[in-house]
Amino acid sequence: MSSVGTTPVVATAMGAATGDAMASATRITPGNALRPEDIAGKVAAGSVVVPQDVASYALRLGDDALILAQRLGWWVSRAPELEEDIALSNIALDLLGHARSFLSYAGGAWGKTEDDLAYFRGEDEFCSAHLVEQPNGDFARTIARQLVVSTFQHLLYNRLVDSQDATLAAISAKALKEVDYHQDHAYQWVLRLALGTQESRRRMVNGLDLTWPYIAELFDDDELIDRLEGIAVRPSSLRVAYDCRITQILAEAELDVQEVPRAAGGGRSGRHSEYLGHILAEMQVLAREHPGATW
Amino acid sequence: MATQDSDHHAVANADGDETAAAGQAYFDKIIAADSRIEPPDWMPDGYRKTLIRQISQHAHSEVIGMQPEGNWIGRAPSLKRKAILMAKVQDEAGHGLYLYSAAETLGIPRDVLNDQLIAGKARYSSIFNYPARSWADMGAIGWLVDGAAICNQVPLCRASFGPYGRAMVRVCKEESFHQRQGFEILLELANGTPAQKQMAQDAVDGLYAPALMMFGPPDSDSAHSSQSMAWNIKRFSNDELRQRFVGMIVEQVKVLGLTLPDDDIRFNEETGKWEYGELDWDEFNEVLAGRGPCNAQRLTRRREAHENGAWVREAATAYAAEKAKREQVA
Repeated sequence: MSSVGTTPVVATAMGAATGDAMASATRITPGNALRPEDIAGKVAAGSVVVPQDVASYALRLGDDALILAQRLGWWVSRAPELEEDIALSNIALDLLGHARSFLSYAGGAWGKTEDDLAYFRGEDEFCSAHLVEQPNGDFARTIARQLVVSTFQHLLYNRLVDSQDATLAAISAKALKEVDYHQDHAYQWVLRLALGTQESRRRMVNGLDLTWPYIAELFDDDELIDRLEGIAVRPSSLRVAYDCRITQILAEAELDVQEVPRAAGGGRSGRHSEYLGHILAEMQVLAREHPGATW
Repeated sequence: MATQDSDHHAVANADGDETAAAGQAYFDKIIAADSRIEPPDWMPDGYRKTLIRQISQHAHSEVIGMQPEGNWIGRAPSLKRKAILMAKVQDEAGHGLYLYSAAETLGIPRDVLNDQLIAGKARYSSIFNYPARSWADMGAIGWLVDGAAICNQVPLCRASFGPYGRAMVRVCKEESFHQRQGFEILLELANGTPAQKQMAQDAVDGLYAPALMMFGPPDSDSAHSSQSMAWNIKRFSNDELRQRFVGMIVEQVKVLGLTLPDDDIRFNEETGKWEYGELDWDEFNEVLAGRGPCNAQRLTRRREAHENGAWVREAATAYAAEKAKREQVA
């Protein structure tokens, strides 16, 4: 998972608790996992400097995780089983943790906190992909979205642990372990829904159909990615592995990959689906009613 | 909750009189020694029924209690608070699961308990039939509602039925964490802007009396208390626990810099007990009877979640059956 080469870099950048830097307190030691507060502290103290481009990239990763967490949070008290209330809220909680870390880091470039970025940016300043903004729909549609996002994020973080940017690598190392479970959760449900009953299969197929148009955007490269060679992961470079993994899962579920026209996308540059405004309206309403307040 | 006449069961078991007598003797010995009854042990029907009623009501309360707090996950005013709230609601689902499992050891399946809940035949804590209108309610629910729950539940860790007592140990640990989180939310608000402080005071005003009523009716009107105490399920009476709770929050509210909406709170030196103003038990009974502000809303949500999830549960069952069949063939 984490290559030996990056470990000491991370320990130096984020600060190892005690002793051997190779033990990497921030990435491995139980009880010393990297927390958003640690990142915010380092950034505020100036011990970690965040270049603008790196911040913009971190913002994309953070916004994807934040908007998806916001979506999944809806399921709490509405899931098909109590176990799924727990599973979906746990996944949302993991994603929220990733978002907080990425946003805390990104904010360092502009003197902003995670909350400044989450609550006081307008819709066109968000850079989430359209996929994570899509409605939850029924359980199958949520699972279809989870399958795609968790597969994508797993491949992404698996590469990002080798980033030359120590903080991105450290956040990714923690996220990777969690996304591994998200992927398994989605995979297990795709099998059950696709091979369970006629009704569940119909819904699973429908959920995937609604999801397909939004996949391509995840793999789009742009100039920011060009400028971050060695730091960011080039999205298009993940496509082959992604297709391979998804094809495998769908084959096991006796489902086909549909060839559908891609949706236009544009989320990375602030052109969003109609859904995002509503998501933000809910998320930001209280914080904006009380500007300057702390909670 | 549907109750059955325990005498019928006793008559039907007349053949097993000797076994029952031996069982009763063992049961009495365990209770007298303040030790633990475990699921395979013989137990009186009334004991079993009381536990099923109490444990399932507790489980239902955890599950329904996810709703008022879930109502604020989407709008939590900072990402840290959002994470804490999400983790808390998740804990509640977990408590529901442990408690349903504890009830299952008494021979009643979770499905049956859930059906009773969505049919409106089971009870859950009335407190969750009040709306969580403001963010400060997240603080007051943690501080007052979870605080009252802890007062009630800490003695239950010593309940004579093993699975219940053990489930309560873990539940109480998590609840005390929730209470501190709620207190911290209120403390932050009370030290915040005037609007935030007002929000905090309003939430405390709104939840104070319903939280006190969580301990159940006054001892003079409590239908189940004395038998439960004899069985070492309950350790303290409703009123004893309520007084203890008032004594705790009356000190804590000073730290918050807020007030309790009750001018009659005082420590009675003679009895050594806290006294408080009269509670509106008519309101309590109205809410209990299903006529509270959110009863219909809470049950509808639970019913819809269950019904909308039916096809998912059916799929999982069908998949498991098919897989088992294939494995058998192979």
